[in-house]
Amino acid sequence: MDFSYSKTEQLFLQMIRSFAENEVKPLAAEVDEQERFPLETVEKMGKLGIMGIPVPKQYGGAGGTVQMYIMAVEELSRVCATTGVVLSAHTSLCMAPIMEHGTEEQKMKYLPKLASGEWIGAFGLTEPNAGTDAAMQQTTAVDAGDHWVLNGSKIFITNASYAHVFIVMAMTDKSKGTKGISAFIVEKGMPGFSIGKKELKMGIRGSATCELIFENCIVPKENLLGAQGKGFSIAMKTLDGGRIGIASQALGIAQGALDETVKYTKERKQFGRAIAKFQNTQFQMADLKTKVEAARLLVRSAAWKKDNGLPYSPDAAMAKLFAAETAMEVTTKAVQFHGGYGYTREYPVERMMRDAKITEIYEGTSEVQRMVIAGHLFK
Amino acid sequence: MNIIVCIKQVPDTTEIKIDPVKGTLIREGVPSIMNPDDKGALELALQLKDQFGAHVTVISMGPPQADVMLREAFAMGADRAILLSDRKFAGADTLATSYALSGLCRMLDYDLIIAGRQAIDGDTAQVGPELAEHLDLPQITYVASIERLDNGHLRVRKENEDSVQVLEVEGKCLLTVLASAVEPRYMSVSGIVEAYDKEVEVWSADKIDVDENLLGLKGSPTKVFQSFPKALKAPGEVHEVSDEEAVELIVNKLKEKHII
Repeated sequence: MDFSYSKTEQLFLQMIRSFAENEVKPLAAEVDEQERFPLETVEKMGKLGIMGIPVPKQYGGAGGTVQMYIMAVEELSRVCATTGVVLSAHTSLCMAPIMEHGTEEQKMKYLPKLASGEWIGAFGLTEPNAGTDAAMQQTTAVDAGDHWVLNGSKIFITNASYAHVFIVMAMTDKSKGTKGISAFIVEKGMPGFSIGKKELKMGIRGSATCELIFENCIVPKENLLGAQGKGFSIAMKTLDGGRIGIASQALGIAQGALDETVKYTKERKQFGRAIAKFQNTQFQMADLKTKVEAARLLVRSAAWKKDNGLPYSPDAAMAKLFAAETAMEVTTKAVQFHGGYGYTREYPVERMMRDAKITEIYEGTSEVQRMVIAGHLFK
Repeated sequence: MNIIVCIKQVPDTTEIKIDPVKGTLIREGVPSIMNPDDKGALELALQLKDQFGAHVTVISMGPPQADVMLREAFAMGADRAILLSDRKFAGADTLATSYALSGLCRMLDYDLIIAGRQAIDGDTAQVGPELAEHLDLPQITYVASIERLDNGHLRVRKENEDSVQVLEVEGKCLLTVLASAVEPRYMSVSGIVEAYDKEVEVWSADKIDVDENLLGLKGSPTKVFQSFPKALKAPGEVHEVSDEEAVELIVNKLKEKHII
């Protein structure tokens, strides 16, 4: 693995950084404050190909790499974690399983509109009684001859009220346990499918997290994703990929908080000098910077493995665990360095601290990441 | 419609310092960018391409490092890129540069040439107009927008410092563009992915239609006497107040700025 950015990646970084700075950052406080989904940003990202970075060209994507996609999540999250997770859920949790498990017809039908940003994607696994214990699925899908009938509900679904395409897990044969779970592609507007209540959240407040409700929802036969009974395995593989996205989001939040703190501590004077001149500031910041760089290497390494078709499940888990905990630590200390000002909404670090917390929870809590890592270690 | 766009790689002068002793630019560690006015020129060319299907060729003169800027032009939507790069061009002032570019333009089939108004590392605003003179083309400077009319003429908005002129031009011409009037597009992701699969053509002096004695230092009558950063001209404020209030206002402003 080459640790430096390739020429293509450097060009991409130049673009995505200036996009984040000019188009995303100015909206970040408002998106948080008003709990507003940044639809105008998604439209701009669609036009530029950011909504379809790792999708092959024949399916209307940009033909880029996973590495470029996670760089985009990092750079967006550096200024606005809501925008980062919108892209991550859309790409890792909706387009990726269609790319990896879909039939040619499904790919041709869904990927071009998703990759262009015309449609937004989402993923439904979590239920009120099936969180970390995802195998306890209560949503059911019954074979009704020429279609499937889905019943049940999903909660905490990112992008839900703005999405057009949902990857939904449902039990097709309860007697088989996890092997009785199947994955479906559900479209907005299918009969019996509706969006439920929107969550009021601590952070990533613009990301439209809602409930999905299936009441005798009719899903066409051809919308089964992968083989019947393979849903749990598809969900777990999808989450492996998703974790690289969330690790990048956490990394971006951490980097953003670090940037803000460097700037602030150089300007803020106490006891007659900039607080950046104090050794306590310098030593703590040196530790934080080191952790951020370590997180970046873990994230890039996991993405590199995925790009190269190598197993990456424990790598993704380690990247997410470390990046999420780094984000929490960096943002908490960033608020501390900002003092009273940091606790106010005049500075972005309090938002970053609230946003960071979710990265330790969704797409597998830090405890689940430890289970995954230990599972590989002791197998 | 074939359009040539002249672009230059420049140090990002927002981050540049001047050597206080020698009076020259300190370029070390300063990132290089596509000159903003030139990026505006490329944007207007790409807008014509979007609307009428033009073929856009970007040309530049500079060292091999300018390659990355030409890749950026590809990623924005340019179709062809040519870099004039040869030691014989070294030390060129605006006259020798515009002469070399004219030699390149003569080798190409074009309907329109668009250049930036001026480069941020020199601020001369001479290369575009000189290129038009070498090629005996009509020119419009300080262009903010271009519209193509049904009869094929171009209607151009020229923004002077204190006035705006709308001009119509027929046939081949050269325009120079103001960055401040144009919002350049971002590179697209697919453009970036393909940018390094395309060829940046590197042309040496013997490939273009020129007298080599007029290139580089030999063809440059300009001698740099001294470089210094431009003094910033702050925008003025208009206050309509009585004489007494005016005195107070001015005194307060001067105090604010710690002048008195």
